[in-house]
Amino acid sequence: MTAIKSAVETRSEDFRRNQAAMQALVDDLKAKAAVIRQGGGEKARDRHTGRGKLLPRDRVDRLIDPGAPFLELSQFAGHEVYDDVVPAAGIITGIGRVQGTDCVIVANDATVKGGTYYPLTVKKHIRAQEIARENRLPCIYLVDSGGAFLPRQDEVFPDRDHFGRIFFNQARLSGDGIPQIAVVMGSCTAGGAYVPAMSDESIIVKGQGTIFLGGPPLVKAATGEVVSAEELGGADVHAKISGVTDHYARDDAHALAIARRIVGTLNRSKPAGPILRDPEPPLYDPSEIYGIVGTDLRKPYDVREVIARIVDGSVFDEFKQLYGTTLVTGFAHIHGMPVGIVANNGILFSESALKGAHFIELCDQRGIPLVFLQNITGFMIGQKYEAGGIAKDGAKMVTAVACAGVPKITMILGGSFGAGNYGMCGRAYGPRLLWMWPGARISVMGGEQAASVLAQVRRDRMEAGGESWSDEEEAAFKAPILDQYEHQGHPYYASARLWDDGILDPAESRTVLALSLAATLNAPIERGRFGVFRM
Amino acid sequence: MHTILIANRGEIACRVIRTARRMGYRTVAVYSEADAGALHVEMADTAVAIGPAPAAESYLRADRILAAAKATDADAVHPGYGFLAENADFAEACAAAGLTFIGPPPDAIRAMGAKSQAKALMADTGVPLVPGYHGEDQSPEILAAAAEKIGYPVLIKASAGGGGKGMRVVEHADVFADQLAGAQREAKAGFGDDRVLIEKYLARPRHVEVQVFADAHGNAVYLFERDCSIQRRHQKVIEEAPAPGMTDDLRRSMGAAAVAAAKAIGYVGAGTVEFLLDQDGAFYFMEMNTRLQVEHPVTEMITGLDLVEWQFLVAEGQSLPLGQEDLAINGHAIEVRFYAEDPDNNFLPAPGRLRYLAFPEEGGGVRVDTGVRAGDTITPHYDPMIAKLIVHGPDRPTACRRLGHALSQTKAAGPATNLGFLRHIVRHRAFAPEHGDPDLDTGFIERFRDALLPEPGPAPAEAVLLAVLGVTLDRRSSATVSWPDPWSATDGWRLNGVFDEALSLSDGSRDLAVTVHHGGDQRMVIDGTAYQVAGTLQERDLTATIAGRSMRATFLRDGLDLTILTETGDFHFTLDDPIAKADVDDAATGSLASPMPGKIVTVLVAEGDTVTRGQALLVLEAMKMEHTVKAPADGMIGRLPYRAGDQVDEGVELVGFEIGA
Repeated sequence: MTAIKSAVETRSEDFRRNQAAMQALVDDLKAKAAVIRQGGGEKARDRHTGRGKLLPRDRVDRLIDPGAPFLELSQFAGHEVYDDVVPAAGIITGIGRVQGTDCVIVANDATVKGGTYYPLTVKKHIRAQEIARENRLPCIYLVDSGGAFLPRQDEVFPDRDHFGRIFFNQARLSGDGIPQIAVVMGSCTAGGAYVPAMSDESIIVKGQGTIFLGGPPLVKAATGEVVSAEELGGADVHAKISGVTDHYARDDAHALAIARRIVGTLNRSKPAGPILRDPEPPLYDPSEIYGIVGTDLRKPYDVREVIARIVDGSVFDEFKQLYGTTLVTGFAHIHGMPVGIVANNGILFSESALKGAHFIELCDQRGIPLVFLQNITGFMIGQKYEAGGIAKDGAKMVTAVACAGVPKITMILGGSFGAGNYGMCGRAYGPRLLWMWPGARISVMGGEQAASVLAQVRRDRMEAGGESWSDEEEAAFKAPILDQYEHQGHPYYASARLWDDGILDPAESRTVLALSLAATLNAPIERGRFGVFRM
Repeated sequence: MHTILIANRGEIACRVIRTARRMGYRTVAVYSEADAGALHVEMADTAVAIGPAPAAESYLRADRILAAAKATDADAVHPGYGFLAENADFAEACAAAGLTFIGPPPDAIRAMGAKSQAKALMADTGVPLVPGYHGEDQSPEILAAAAEKIGYPVLIKASAGGGGKGMRVVEHADVFADQLAGAQREAKAGFGDDRVLIEKYLARPRHVEVQVFADAHGNAVYLFERDCSIQRRHQKVIEEAPAPGMTDDLRRSMGAAAVAAAKAIGYVGAGTVEFLLDQDGAFYFMEMNTRLQVEHPVTEMITGLDLVEWQFLVAEGQSLPLGQEDLAINGHAIEVRFYAEDPDNNFLPAPGRLRYLAFPEEGGGVRVDTGVRAGDTITPHYDPMIAKLIVHGPDRPTACRRLGHALSQTKAAGPATNLGFLRHIVRHRAFAPEHGDPDLDTGFIERFRDALLPEPGPAPAEAVLLAVLGVTLDRRSSATVSWPDPWSATDGWRLNGVFDEALSLSDGSRDLAVTVHHGGDQRMVIDGTAYQVAGTLQERDLTATIAGRSMRATFLRDGLDLTILTETGDFHFTLDDPIAKADVDDAATGSLASPMPGKIVTVLVAEGDTVTRGQALLVLEAMKMEHTVKAPADGMIGRLPYRAGDQVDEGVELVGFEIGA
């Protein structure tokens, strides 16, 4: 039980400069998020509410327990990806508590392109289902969608992780005992019809919800039959005749009330998890993270200062404090939940990697969830280190991360480059949730390194051909590479493509980690089976 | 005496038990079916059920009470007030059964029970009566002469009358003839009898009564007076002792008159002689109450005596412990009667369950006499009194201040109460002037009606904010589990944003939209005005800071009904939560239950009828008010178990209803 003693000078010039720089990033993040939260344009929103429908975020707010938190996922999905503006990729997903049960909520936003599925809408929907599966969270689908976005059908329909996967997942999730509940609050056309049809229990809103495999235009074209949408697949049809839905709601509010009641009947309890404590706030103000970290990835800081502003009582019981010091490992509690923290404090050496592998095994052995605080440029390189077997030591850490069975949560604080990303539980290593700070960067290597490598290759080739290459020419050569890496490594770019689950204000790291960890506790904590560690 | 049966209920039964216990007597309570769980039953050593809820079938049944006394080996009966307290036959029956009746002899009860004979007796004794003419000779000349003799203004009243018919105030002799003719006409039309009587008209009389006590050895004393002028429709609301402005001379002469009245009828025990006190200091006998009065505690507070203890001593045959010269007044005491009644609805009794009840801490000049606890029901069968709050101080201004504070600490939710009305009286300058004596007379409430019963206006912003704060904080406590999971937070946290929660509520006169800004700054916005609001809720105690001002309130929530009880007033709101309402609507579809005990007036639908939402289905009369039971939604009528005229209990299903069918 040792509380970290902070050495941060909050009145220093550096601190203030860092703080201002991070504040600017956070302000920009929140401003962009505010625009995204608006959904479709004002006109689309007015049209939506004019029909007596609630806006999707209002639906979510009312579905979850009054005043409960909502951990939104993939908020920046589709951000500046398509020619069309599709805020949040036209679908709101997240984790929220309904009648005391943590649920994954998936709500189509009909104000964004009629709630149709762009490629990233599909990816986001499927990611939400994956989170539901891994954490055993019931799914509530608030359906209001025109189905696949037809102009991009080739990126939406045919492949394994395309539209069909949604229904595959529903069947498998239900099979795993993870309840699937659909609330039909608008269109459910064609493939979309399967969302309520594949659900365990479904609700339809009178006069708003429609479910059919083929809409009235398709029916007319195919058979000549003229029929209204309501007659074809409205609430009366499905609640009273077809049995596609189980509950008949007068309006959105009534439908949400029924959904809440259904969740109240699920009879779910949390598995026995780790030993929990009463939460305790950190000793230090989490907002001081701004001034500690700043936005310049090349400026080092002691990651313990960040840990001190995340964990309960700032208490951090460090493991192997004096060995492999560029990796900080240790035990702590976040909001009363025990965690093993793995955090970068510089480049990874063999010792750091060995220490990391050891610590991950410890946590797995003890059933303690892992939190990775990632800020890594990569593993150390050079003749000495290659000869020292850094590749096999790195592989040990990667094996440990890949095979650990306990919940893993990753937060990218700064750099996420190369094999460092792997060893520190990047997206490919299956963290239950992966969050990113607004000043982070993610790419195969740093932009500067990539540009230098490519410039070196070119210079070597030119010099071999007897050509000369001025510094100016080299700089001009490097500039677009630097720009590309800067653009593609940016959190907005990453988050838009679902390389993470969201970008957050560093000052809210503790809240987000606590909610994430608590969500993972809905699934039993498992032990990993480790692959061969190359010795 | 060793075992005392208290033939009463409520606060007086509790109060009698308390003294009996202190003096070592065993106590027996009696109770009706409605009072099975009542406080007086719990307090007594033993208790006997004496029949169904209506008083006529329980507390007024002398035979059952005597049987209860026999069954429990009681040897004395204390009747309290009301019920059988002034029933001479009951007193006799007690004696016949070998029980000591703790009250006056039956003859004394009878003597004062017959009002006109009592007055005649008092006239013979020399106790002053309101001057009047009650003669048989009804000739206008004789009547006019009588009026002249009494002195104007006079009151002409129908001899057979009541209720103001045939009643005239005559200011001058020259209009007497006209007014007499009018009164006779009305009397003839109203009662078939045009005889009238003439009395001195007292423009602004006060009700001042004298507490007397007599023993079986011929000793009698007066324990000074009480001013009970603040009345509504002849029911006392506030009583105090001593009477403000009372001189020693007047006190002595009123006391002597009261003792003379008691002696004239061979009185034994506690009694009260009621007088009208005119502005000129003249006083006139009204009647004598041959029992312990509701308002006896104010006398106890200024004399330091326990009147129930004296009752027991006298009943044991002992002499009065003190003589007149040993008695003195210490300070000033005031009592208010806290009722479950609706001042905005003509003070109709408002029976119902007390969902919440809080009294000021006793001691320091504050006394609370009550017979109910939170959770108890004020039933329509008996007097709807909740409690008496009694304060004492070295002088009247101190007592008034203590009363104001005690009322601010008194809170109740459930039935309507007169608490706000009492607070208005106590704050009124005519009651609590900055200097000098209060401006009291029996017309006090009518005179200041507008100030005492203001039109209910919209709830102040503060109350609305307290209600909304209560709603948001109440979530926290309801979500609390063994481990405070981060998901059980109720701060409305959102990723990269703030949750602006829109809450709608109604204060009964208007709909209010409040935006709760769930950010760090705890902002709430009503009608475009933002307030900084923060606070905590411990159980029901809400501590809040609104725009820099800290305040306390009690917060109660029952479904969508919110109650805020503050030191200055009670506020009721209905939360408009569409989700909860949809759920409630759904839950209500099965049955429509009776909101309170009452009688079915009309059934407006038949089984199998299709009805629309809001359509009237049935009318129920309870406490003289008609309640219309309406369809909660479109649907069909199922079973109708009751017919017009049927009596129904609270909570029984009145209409079987199928939604949407």
